[in-house]
Amino acid sequence: MARDTTGGRTLASSFLGYCVLIFFALVFLYPFVIQIGNSLKTEPDAVSSALSPIPDPLSTAGYERVFLGTDLPLWLGNSVFVTIVVTLARLLLNSMAGYALARLRFRGRAGLFAAVLAILAVPGVVLFIPKFLVLNQLGIYNSYTALILPVIVDAGGVFIMKQFFESIPVSVEEAARIDGAGVFRTFWSVVLPMARPALITLTIISFQATWNEFPHSLVAVQDPALFTLPRGLADLVSGSLGVGTQYPLKLGAAVLATIPVAVIFVVFQRYFVRGANEGSDKG
Amino acid sequence: MAVAARRRGLSTAARENLAGWLFVAPVVVILGLFMLLPILMALWVSLTDWNGQGSPFRSTVPFVGAENYTRLFTEDGLTRQDFMTSLRNNFYYVVIVVPCQTVLALGLALIVNNRLLRGKSFFRAAFFFPSVTSSVAISVVFLFVFANSGAVNNLLGLFGVDGPQWFSDARGLLHLLLNGLGLVDIDAPPAALLEPGPFGLSWWDWLSGPSVAMSTIIMLVIWTTSGTFMLMFLAALQDIPVTLEEAAKLDGAGRKGVFRYVTLPMLKPTLFLVLTLGMISTWQIFDQVYVMSQGNPAKTTLTPAFLSYQTAFRSFEYGSGTAISFVLFAIIVVLTLVQRWIMRDRKV
Repeated sequence: MARDTTGGRTLASSFLGYCVLIFFALVFLYPFVIQIGNSLKTEPDAVSSALSPIPDPLSTAGYERVFLGTDLPLWLGNSVFVTIVVTLARLLLNSMAGYALARLRFRGRAGLFAAVLAILAVPGVVLFIPKFLVLNQLGIYNSYTALILPVIVDAGGVFIMKQFFESIPVSVEEAARIDGAGVFRTFWSVVLPMARPALITLTIISFQATWNEFPHSLVAVQDPALFTLPRGLADLVSGSLGVGTQYPLKLGAAVLATIPVAVIFVVFQRYFVRGANEGSDKG
Repeated sequence: MAVAARRRGLSTAARENLAGWLFVAPVVVILGLFMLLPILMALWVSLTDWNGQGSPFRSTVPFVGAENYTRLFTEDGLTRQDFMTSLRNNFYYVVIVVPCQTVLALGLALIVNNRLLRGKSFFRAAFFFPSVTSSVAISVVFLFVFANSGAVNNLLGLFGVDGPQWFSDARGLLHLLLNGLGLVDIDAPPAALLEPGPFGLSWWDWLSGPSVAMSTIIMLVIWTTSGTFMLMFLAALQDIPVTLEEAAKLDGAGRKGVFRYVTLPMLKPTLFLVLTLGMISTWQIFDQVYVMSQGNPAKTTLTPAFLSYQTAFRSFEYGSGTAISFVLFAIIVVLTLVQRWIMRDRKV
């Protein structure tokens, strides 16, 4: 941004820039380093030298206790199951709705899109008790259905897909239609394959959101056998195991909850970036 | 389905109409069932004293009218005191988090956007990473980092500072500041300030500032949200035509001048967006409170969102809890509208 005429100033400002960047990189990443390091420590070591990332001695006792002494394997299974089902359902249902809102002429389309935008603006936190009321009334409270069904579509995803379909040329679809393909056939074999970039973005956003989702599981289930990983982890920290410190165990469980998203983040970073900026278009 | 329609001899327009509705049907059903219907049901429940037993729509459930709402504002009692405390806590939280995350995000974006620096994508990823991780997992990490013998206090110890017991310290930062300046004595506040003030809370309580415990949640949230907002600023910065800044420089504008008169005005829409999104999300703080403090110590980390959860699911006062969430809803809607209005004003 600053290409100064004097080389000295440029050098100084780059140096200063790097210092600031490195300082903040440390601030943003060091907690994760501490987290991993301390999850591999013994209990007394984690208490006495919390700042140091190097375990001395190295101990996997925390992880052993996570897997053998808690229900974490079960929560992990639930999280994987719920995340996969929700993500697949969102891919199909959001893109169908997005396509219809972008391309198909049907009565009430404008009103429906306005409703989607309105729903997008409803703060999620306001829905805690209302969601519980509905799940309770429908008799599906405390079940996998309650964990999955209410979140298999999301207004944000519909919005992203609609924007995408509006950005691609209509000519290919028209050619398919002229060849006699029906609406669904055109959508399935012509439109969806073209939507790959948007679908990948949607997969990433939906995976990350569902994997990390906490409040929904809080109002949808109460049986520990149905807990997802964030719910179980929260329970572990504030529940009976929260007594005493047990930092290596808790940090280890938190590491396990972070790894899948971290891996996907590293591999698909540009899609995350796109997702974040799609979010900004909504406003 | 389209095939069936064709067989029945529907016109193209009618078929497209049908296909359109079939395509949106799942979204309409799910959003209707789990967004719209719940809000309507909750509006009803907020007018009752339902305790969670049986259906809230039976005739035996006591109807109390607007009482759940009036108790929050006009009746002296624990309900109002807790609610007002939660509003105070959340207010201080918003007032600190929103400006800090915005300034930090903008600052990081400006530095990362510098064309002369290498390793941009690494730094961008590093700043953004906390935003994508689980709020629960990250709260667990911060519980450890800010523990009494944790990393932060170790670090402070290196500089000879005795760190506080972060999560059990209910003292307000504003109180501590006034105390430090010698204006008031935190252990014996002026009697005039201890008189009951607006909405049942004393002026002393209103003017506490965020507690030390709340400040850990404030730091956590600034740390996790700045990355996302940085990306928004970065996208906006990259949209500014280079020629514009070059032209300003040719006209003799210094670095500060270019920022003040070219870059900043171009960023205005993004700036307002970030402020609006920040405001909306900070009034909804819940996960971190649930994991880190449950409203403690001395209710200084209680927020309306957590209070509404606690009232409904722990005290089984669903009517009161729902009323709190609708008031919170109203607060968020009003703030959003105010910001939209200001934004429109600026554009003209």
